[in-house]
Amino acid sequence: MFYRETGQFKTSYAADQQIFPIRQDRIGVILLLLVAFIVVPLVAGNYWFNAILIPFLIFSLAALGLNILTGYAGQLSLGSAAFMAVGAYAAYNFQVRVEGMPILVSFILAGLTAAGVGILFGLPSLRIKGFYLAVATLAAQFFIVWCLTKFPYLSNNSSSGVISVPGVEMLGFKFDTPQSRYLLVLTIVVVLALLAKNMVRSTTGRAWMAVRDMDVAAEVIGIRLMRTKLLAFAVSSFYCGVAGAMYAFLYLGSVEPDGFSLDLSFKILFMIIVGGVGSVLGSFLGAAFILLLPIFLDISLPALAAALHLPFDGATVSHIQLMIFGALIMFFLIVEPHGLARLWQIGKEKLRLWPFPH
Amino acid sequence: MQFFLEVLIGGLLSGVMYSLVALGFVLIFKASGVFNFAQGAMVYFAALSLVGCMGMGAPLWLAFILAFVIMTLLGIATEKFVLRKMVNQAPIALFMATIGLSFFIEGLAPLLWGNEVRALDIGLVDEPIPWILDNFNMVVSSFDLTAAGLALGLVALLALFFQYTRVGRALRAVADDHQAALSIGIPLQHIWALVWAVAGFVALVAGMLWGSRNGVQFALTFTALKALPVLILGGFTSVPGAIVGGLIIGASEKLAEIYIPPVMAGWFGGNFGGIEGWFPYVMALLFLLVRPEGLFGEKHIDRV
Repeated sequence: MFYRETGQFKTSYAADQQIFPIRQDRIGVILLLLVAFIVVPLVAGNYWFNAILIPFLIFSLAALGLNILTGYAGQLSLGSAAFMAVGAYAAYNFQVRVEGMPILVSFILAGLTAAGVGILFGLPSLRIKGFYLAVATLAAQFFIVWCLTKFPYLSNNSSSGVISVPGVEMLGFKFDTPQSRYLLVLTIVVVLALLAKNMVRSTTGRAWMAVRDMDVAAEVIGIRLMRTKLLAFAVSSFYCGVAGAMYAFLYLGSVEPDGFSLDLSFKILFMIIVGGVGSVLGSFLGAAFILLLPIFLDISLPALAAALHLPFDGATVSHIQLMIFGALIMFFLIVEPHGLARLWQIGKEKLRLWPFPH
Repeated sequence: MQFFLEVLIGGLLSGVMYSLVALGFVLIFKASGVFNFAQGAMVYFAALSLVGCMGMGAPLWLAFILAFVIMTLLGIATEKFVLRKMVNQAPIALFMATIGLSFFIEGLAPLLWGNEVRALDIGLVDEPIPWILDNFNMVVSSFDLTAAGLALGLVALLALFFQYTRVGRALRAVADDHQAALSIGIPLQHIWALVWAVAGFVALVAGMLWGSRNGVQFALTFTALKALPVLILGGFTSVPGAIVGGLIIGASEKLAEIYIPPVMAGWFGGNFGGIEGWFPYVMALLFLLVRPEGLFGEKHIDRV
């Protein structure tokens, strides 16, 4: 009824190739951006910015990075948190060691540093795949966190590698209110997400998908495996690195290497499983779901326990959370392997026909 | 030299424990092609069940049997509710499902049995063997030695089971080719449930040994992470590979922990302890570059 492409004719190549070819989608995205940029800063409170919106955007970006590597290029990685750590520490070092370094430049440099490290740990992917690669990325996870803890230079000689970042300032404007930090994060995430959306439809993205679906066949049709796989590692680590830099600078303010643990890597992996493997939209949906679920459970479980007169304490709640997380992952993999993004797509298909059955 | 030998023996003995956990991975991978990340969580669950049963007053042997029954039920449930529904999905999706499973078990185990650290007494003492201490002046723990003996006995038992029993033959048939096994009348789902039960048994033995040494606690789940480089080194499909890989990893990480940090401190200054956390991985990674299928793994052939 509302969602129909009838009468929308493409008369030029540009029109045919735009990111959102359907008018309703374009309007929807523009409305969403308007809400995010204008309405949300006006109405949301500090709790919303600090506890929900900023982490949501940052984790969406990290999930997007992992999704490029795992969802599009098919290389499972269990080390995304380590690449976030590289980004966070690199940005910190550029800020502290280079006088007058603009914050955005140090974010980009942090991303590039993470990309370099990503290429290094992506090298084994040329020889090994599947589980072997998943285990190999664990090496990155443990090695990088250990390095950040043990080499005092990397954390500017602070004890046990804890860094407290300086305030974020751009062209004399201080980003000290939650609103301003939210807007900065939002801008960066929107730009990078649009870039990613374009990248996955380009030659590069198609090459990634070909490698994911069958690498031998991809090689036969002339895709250079080494370049494609390493590029996927580089781009993915760039995204994770920028997310890590923002995690340190615009969200927490002070981070330690152990904060970028294997658990965080798993959390990001869960985001893309739940949200949708191989979908840009899925990264956002998954991040929202995985971040909101614990908050929801924290509120609802004790209330439920009180209603049923069950003796619940904090530990029990956290155990039940773990179980629900695990069960959800299995549920999604069994019932809807393409995640929330696929459900959204099904919803759109249905809307197209509604109110008619066919 | 003596110190070196002492570290080496200590490393080899702890390597046997890694082998034990890695064995659980190999069993399931061989029979069903599932890379079971939840093996570590199963070790934790098994050890907690054992302690829980003993806490209710059961003697060790009874508690062991009860814990085995619980692990079997868990294995059957996993097969029935998760794996059977995921037939025909990509191996990597199955792998991610077992990550979910490990979270589930990590939540379920303390919910059933409580989450405090508990001591597990199986009647072994952790003392240096006096005879070796007197004659060679080396500290070799009797506990480690007994544990290693138990682990080797278990491996021998499993090897015999696989080689000479009807069920063992069926297991190997399933491992070779699911469809061919089905076509000659081997009940695939029973076999899978059985494999999970055997893996549960291995997890139980591993949990018992690790738990009686370090206490039964959440850290037991990390044993799985240590077993992964062992698998890479030995190859995912090889039982002897798990043993040899475990020994190599155990010995090399202990030696690295002793000998590398002083060298690095000499170069950069500072404290570089805790190398064991990542050394096995980096070693396995470098090893992969030379021999991607592992020491005893099957050569992988790609068909277009």
